[in-house]
Amino acid sequence: MAAPTPRTMYEKIWDEHAVRTRGENEALLYVDYNVVHEGPFYAFDGLIQEGRAVRRPAQTIAFSDHYVPTVQRERGLDGIVDPEARSMVEQLAKNAATTGITHYGMDHPQQGIMHVVAAELGLVQPGMVVTGSDSHIATNGAFGAFGFGVGASQVKHILATQTVWLKKARTMQVVVDGTLGPGVSAKDVVLAIIEHLSIGGGVGHVIEYTGTVIRALSMEGRMTLCNMTIEGGARAGMIAPDEITVAYLKGREYAPDAAAWADAVAYWRSIATDAGATYDRHAAVDGSRIEPMVTWGTAQDEATGIGGTVPDPESLSDPARRVRARRALDYMKLVPGQSIRDIAIDRVFIGSCTNARLEDLREAARVAEGRKVVVPSVIVPGSQTVKRAAEAEGLDQVFLAAGFEWRSPGCSMCTGSNGDRVPAGERCASTSNRNFEGRQGRGSLTHLVSPAMAAAAAISGRLADVRDFL
Amino acid sequence: MQPFTTLRAIAAPYFEADIDTDKIIPHRYLRKPLSAGYRNFLFYNERFTPEGTVKPDFVLHRPPYDRAQVLVAGRNFGGGSTREGAVYALADFGFRALIAPSFGDIFHANCLQNGVLPVVLPDAVIAGLAKHLVEQPGAEVTIDLPGQEVTMPDGSRHRFELDPVRKDQLLRGLDDIGITLTDAGLIEAFEAQYHRRLHWLGNGRT
Repeated sequence: MAAPTPRTMYEKIWDEHAVRTRGENEALLYVDYNVVHEGPFYAFDGLIQEGRAVRRPAQTIAFSDHYVPTVQRERGLDGIVDPEARSMVEQLAKNAATTGITHYGMDHPQQGIMHVVAAELGLVQPGMVVTGSDSHIATNGAFGAFGFGVGASQVKHILATQTVWLKKARTMQVVVDGTLGPGVSAKDVVLAIIEHLSIGGGVGHVIEYTGTVIRALSMEGRMTLCNMTIEGGARAGMIAPDEITVAYLKGREYAPDAAAWADAVAYWRSIATDAGATYDRHAAVDGSRIEPMVTWGTAQDEATGIGGTVPDPESLSDPARRVRARRALDYMKLVPGQSIRDIAIDRVFIGSCTNARLEDLREAARVAEGRKVVVPSVIVPGSQTVKRAAEAEGLDQVFLAAGFEWRSPGCSMCTGSNGDRVPAGERCASTSNRNFEGRQGRGSLTHLVSPAMAAAAAISGRLADVRDFL
Repeated sequence: MQPFTTLRAIAAPYFEADIDTDKIIPHRYLRKPLSAGYRNFLFYNERFTPEGTVKPDFVLHRPPYDRAQVLVAGRNFGGGSTREGAVYALADFGFRALIAPSFGDIFHANCLQNGVLPVVLPDAVIAGLAKHLVEQPGAEVTIDLPGQEVTMPDGSRHRFELDPVRKDQLLRGLDDIGITLTDAGLIEAFEAQYHRRLHWLGNGRT
């Protein structure tokens, strides 16, 4: 009998979930978990209009995160000043109640950003297909799952059928070997990768990350890396499960219980890419050479090390990136040749599904301890669970003593949808994932950095090298 | 969903690379009901000042581009978030087709769910078309979906690729759910064996 063809993790998960295929390369994939926030109300409205039911209510989980306030949470819904934002939170609660979907609402003790809470619950496990109304579902790839975001129409389809039609992507292996230097984190790794690939470089692909740097990352770091994979245009980023993955999942609310544990772990291990499997594309980044990174433009590939300078757009080899960089420098009010460390900032945001987990807050606290911020600086923990854990360690006291604001969980100033925005013309060092024009508020100027770099910026009033603070 | 067959229409040039979905529709408008109309949210920050005054120079405000039904864009158009509001806004403005060298994957799928045809052509072909449209405002292109061909204002013809199933759905104006549910039995059978095999999923909650 011939040996089976070696397959990548993505191909195995695809094969495991394909109910049927059609056309050139489309399959109807079975969805293990679907996660939604307040955004896709159109999907629920559509279901009602069409008289359709939710097929598997236990396999969709709802999270209030985009529109919840990060202050005055004790006031509940009354604390939401904007009637439209309040209506978004109310609609999700109502839709969840009507359809029987579990909802981590505003007052839930485990409320938080969907991608942070899903991991904490142990909802996402190796080999799963996880979908949802948010591009950062890619975060879940950290567990060796295939997680990808879809629009409201496809959310509606998943609610009605527990399946989704998807075109099979090409595969790309991104190898990060070497060892990360002091002060260099998963955020810097992903910014370096996107800088290398360009923001459209991953379109049509699913990335699998391999290499010594990836293996050494904690689950939190892996989530940061997979989270921002979408910013390079790839639908999903994945990391094969290992001891770190298994140890993280053990004992969590949705994780397999003791009786099923061995079966589950054996299955998880079987999902990893086979020796000899091939990818359609390869890229490599030397982890030992990655510096703490900063974006200078309005796309995530417009990034450089903290020791660098704002580049001259005319020096860029790709004409499209050249045109984009010219516009970006104009918007960002920067000039070529300017030292990154000379850029003064007006505020700091530490939060978002990219960088608001306990490890992120610990990294920021290490820099903030015993120092004072000189610009308005806000910390928004990723979940109530993260917030409680940070408070148990005294991190909140470190931040408060340094002059940071310590808020309640939500997406906050990453999208600005709850009203937490960067005022026009202000420059923000932010641990979020998108530095697009107007993303943090119309006219806002965003520099993406790691949590430790954000803390260093808060203390310095300018973009600063975290390594000077360690 | 409105069927798409053949369209002859004015095309508007917006030939910049990497126009993300935040630029297509800022997040603050995604809380609006569809009944509000999404037309004016399209490219809001490009089209209106912070005070809400029209920026008359923006391409879609300059006649005859304001009547365009085809948008000619740069590579990686619609990268970024999952927000389907980006497509709702384009469709509500009147766009029935988009021509670009490449599209963000999620955005591309969202177009197909809403009867908006994403046409992929080579960068150089689109650069030439965009230049022509700037020089000859009001020039029309013809998009023939059955024949999978775009006819440029200069008469040149370019074939584009589209998955045959998606093509058929656009031609007939069908959305996915109805089609999928004709296979409800397949899904049920799959689901039963899947949950039996991976019996630990959800710790009994599924």
